[in-house]
This record gives sequence, C-alpha cells and structure tokens, in this order.
Amino acid sequence: MSRSVCLFVLLLMSVWATLVGAPRAAAQAANEGVVTEMVDRYGFPPPIRVYVTGFSPALTDVMRTDLMFMGFTNVPQSQAEYVVRGTSGGGKVEARLIDAASNQQILGKAYTGSDERLLVHALSDDIAKNRTGRPGIARSRIAFRVDYVKGKHSEVFVADYDGFNAKPATSDKLWTVAPCWAGSGMLFYSTYHERGGPKIYYHQLSSGKRGMITPYGGSNISPAVSRDGTKIAMILSKGGSPDLYVADLNGGDLKRLTTTKESESSPCWGPDSRTIMFVSRASGRARLYTIPMTGGTMRPFLINNVPNVTEPDWSPDGKLIAFTTQYGGNFVINIAEYKPGASIQAVQIAAGEDPSWAGNSRALIVTRRNGDTKQLSLLDVPTKQTKTMPRISRSNSQPSWRK
Amino acid sequence: MKLKATLNLLIITLLLVGGATGCKKKLQRTTLLPGHVAAPVGDASPGGPILGELPPVDLAEGSGLDALNNGGIPLSNEDRSLWIEDRQTFAGETVYFDFDKSNVRPSEVAKIENVAALFKTLSGKALRIEGHCDERGTEEYNRALGERRALSVREYLITLGVNANDIETVSYGEDRPVDPSSNEQAWAANRRGEFVVLSPPGAN
Repeated sequence: MSRSVCLFVLLLMSVWATLVGAPRAAAQAANEGVVTEMVDRYGFPPPIRVYVTGFSPALTDVMRTDLMFMGFTNVPQSQAEYVVRGTSGGGKVEARLIDAASNQQILGKAYTGSDERLLVHALSDDIAKNRTGRPGIARSRIAFRVDYVKGKHSEVFVADYDGFNAKPATSDKLWTVAPCWAGSGMLFYSTYHERGGPKIYYHQLSSGKRGMITPYGGSNISPAVSRDGTKIAMILSKGGSPDLYVADLNGGDLKRLTTTKESESSPCWGPDSRTIMFVSRASGRARLYTIPMTGGTMRPFLINNVPNVTEPDWSPDGKLIAFTTQYGGNFVINIAEYKPGASIQAVQIAAGEDPSWAGNSRALIVTRRNGDTKQLSLLDVPTKQTKTMPRISRSNSQPSWRK
Repeated sequence: MKLKATLNLLIITLLLVGGATGCKKKLQRTTLLPGHVAAPVGDASPGGPILGELPPVDLAEGSGLDALNNGGIPLSNEDRSLWIEDRQTFAGETVYFDFDKSNVRPSEVAKIENVAALFKTLSGKALRIEGHCDERGTEEYNRALGERRALSVREYLITLGVNANDIETVSYGEDRPVDPSSNEQAWAANRRGEFVVLSPPGAN
C-alpha cells in the first residue's frame, strides 16, 4: 500500500515538475537561440534572468532598462534566477538581490538622496558588478546631435545614457555635428558657421569654455579622442583630399597619417590609445584600416562577408569592432572580432548606424532612421535587446557614449 | 539555474552625477570666436581622464606638419567667411556624380570648362565648391565623400588654369539635399557640386 502511495507521489511530482519546468525551458531555449552565437563566438555569458519588483513603476522601469544592457533579461518571476526586491520613497532607495532557487539574499544595498533615478542607477550598477563582473554603465552619459532645421540648425546635447536629463551643451543656432567625448568633461565637435567649411572645436562642459583647433580650409570633420585623452584623430581636407590626421587636443603637433587620393572617414581609437582604425575608399569602396598614431602604412582590416564598412567603433576591451554596413538606404549594425591577420566574418546585430560602445563593451547606442528623421536606440549586442530613446525635436543622431 | 560565479575584474565606477543644472543662456547668433563661452553644463563626474584647459598653440601653417603630399593640391586657409556669396552666376553649372563616386564624369566636363572660362575673367573673386551626397550613405562617410567630390571639381578647374588658392571647398554630406524625396531622381539630383562665387566685402 505505502509503495503505491510513494509511486503516486513520485508521479505527481514529476508531472508538476514538467508543467512548471516546461515554460521555463521554452523561454530559455528561445533566448538561447538568440544568444548562443554570441556566447560561443564572442564569449559573452548567457543573460541572467531577473525579476525586479517593489519600486515605483517609474523606478522599476529605470532598473529594468539598466539591467537589460548590463547582461540581464527581465522575465516573469517564475522564470527568474534572481529577484530584486526594491523599496523607494522618502529620499531612500533600497534593493535586495535574492537568489530565486534558494531564496538567499546575495546583496543588500541602500542609498539616500534627492534624485531617486540616480539612486536606482547606482543600485543597478551594484547588482551588475556583483553578478557579471563587468563595469556598470547605469550612471554613464551620452552626447548626441539634435536637429532643429535640417542642414541649418543643430545642437549638441548631453544626457544620461537612457536619454533622460538631456540638456543642451550648445545653443549657437549653427549646424554642429559629430560630437565625441574627451575624458569625462570635455566634448569635441565640428561646427559649420554661416559661411565656410566645418571647423573642429573643443568644449569644456563645466566652464563652457570653447576653442577652435582646426583653422584650416576645406572640411575639418569627424573628431575622435584617444581613450587616455591625449590625442585627437580627425579627417581634414587641407592637403587636397580628406585624410586622417592626429594632433594634441589643442590642435598642436598636427601629423598627417594618410595621403590617399580617395577619402578617409570615421576614425576611432583602440584601447591602447595608439592604434587608430578608420574607413578608407582607397581600394574603391569603403573598407577598414588601422594605422599607428605615430604614422606608417595603413593596414587593411578585411571583413569577408560585407560589401562595405563605415563608422566603426572599437570596444573598450579591444575585442570587438562595431560598424555600419550600408545597403542602398538600409543600414545595419555589425560586429566583428578584432583579430588582425585572421579571416574575419561579421555578424549582423540589428538595423541601425553609427554605433558607439558603452564602457562595458557589450551595449551600443545607435541611430535609427525613420523616413526623414532619426532617433537613438540602445542595443545590447549579445541579446539584441533594444530600447528606443525619447526623441528631442526633429531628429537625433551621432551619439557618443562616454566610456 | 544559478549562474556560475565569474572572476571579479577591477572596476572603476563612475561617481554620481553632480546634478547641478547650468542656466541656459541664450547666446548671440554670431561667429564663434576662439574661447567663446557656452553655457556650463553641470556634470562634475570625474570618471576617466580629467582634462584641464587647453593651452593656446601656434597653429600657423607649417608648424609640425607632415610635408608628404601625394597628389593632393593643398587648400588655402584664407578666411572668407565675411565674403559675399553669389549662387546665381554658376547656378546652371552644378556638377553631378554617380552613386558612391567622386570622379568627374565626362558628361560634366563642359560645365566645369564654362566655370573655368568665366571665373578666370572675374578678378579679385574666389570660388567655393560645395559638395553633397544622397542619403544612402552614413553621415560622416558622406561628409568626407562630399568633400572629395568638391575637391575633384577643384582639381579639374586647376588643370584648366584656375588658381588653386582661389578655390575653396565645403562638404555638407547628406545634410542639404535639393530634393528630400527617396527615389532615384532625387538621389541623382542630390549628388552634386555647386559653385558659389565669393566677392570680398566692400567690393562692387
């Protein structure tokens, strides 16, 4: 008699386990279809399934967005590996990170202050650091271009990485493009005055002080500052062709690096603050090259499976290049491993252009076109999760994520 | 399933944002002068390298420049931002380009010859070539391509005897289409180089 009862209980348990486990496994399988390639090819860990609860709705959304771009996916509680139990209000924000299976608390943190969004960002960073080991990006900042009148009036804005707290850095009513960060408190961008070609400016954000560093004829465009904040790469046409130059941040010690008859564009720096990657049409179509900032031969970085490569950005950890491929009006974000000498195949990630890496080398901010207007979007490379940012005025583009 | 613990890496976390809001002053709509002050943007977080004020430097022509010049004809640095624009004289000579190309097509040569012939008779003036692209390229790529197009036309003018220092170039990339539509006709019309005659201020 007792044996039958045991068997019956066992049968019940196995049926129950199947019923509960099946949806969990299915969701996991679907997720893994997306991420397996990223895990296998590029070594990204599978996303951590998390459920956030307890904060106000607005603050819950803040943390869910943060975690989406730091190695997590937001799932129903039944599927979560971890639960974040938060409380907010009265100038205090608190979170407990609970292991779902064991119900053990892994982490408990509280912050006080007047800006609850910022406090939640701090908690998100703590959780991400605890679980993934990668640096948190929830309190990072972006710069981008806002268009008011196409081709005539645009300004540079600075915002939290999620698009909130956006503030204009410029209000010149000129056409200013291609902002990039230098260190944590300085921007460079290219401005068209009412007459004449674009000139590159530095802009110290805390003081508002600005200066022009390229008093040259032609077009002075596409500034990019090295990670250690000592050098700037730019495309200048002063020599009679759009070529790659490098200089000190005040424009001094200017050195011309390319002398091709075709145009170069879109320089970006490697983490060594010495190697510059850029696009050149020297071969007849847009391809990537590297060159040391001290000068030398431009070395092709060939990617096999794409017709062209533009607007590269180098991940802070040096492992990946994000870039744009243009297909006659459609633009696609691709990723390729940086392995000079190897045969490189790129992976398509999502629609978009002009990627800029987050400091954690897994999230990107990109531009998406919608007819005649552009909008910014966050993109997590391994999981392809995206979030469209709130748009300011007519069109937002050319984002730069402060590393 | 528990995620297995990963190695802890050294992490530098950004400090909290200052939160101070800079007051948004309305700036005059004038030429940006070196050192012109914009409204401060409150963001005192010291993550990453802290860069101080940039010292002024002598940016005179020839300071520390690489003299290599592989076929490109250098541009003059003369500032003609106060010169008077005339877009009418050569309005009919706009040069058009093939997609993703900057070479001067044979069909366009006659227009450049017209420009050269007339411009050489206009003493004391300068010529600006404005290069443009259609929307089917990325922004900075198009900005460089537009400049390459303007320079190609300039090179042709120079072979026809126009003084290199009298010709300046600007690229607007895809920013200023003549036709904002998304079709072949519009795109073809947007891939262009336009001529602007410049007269010194005070000249008649």
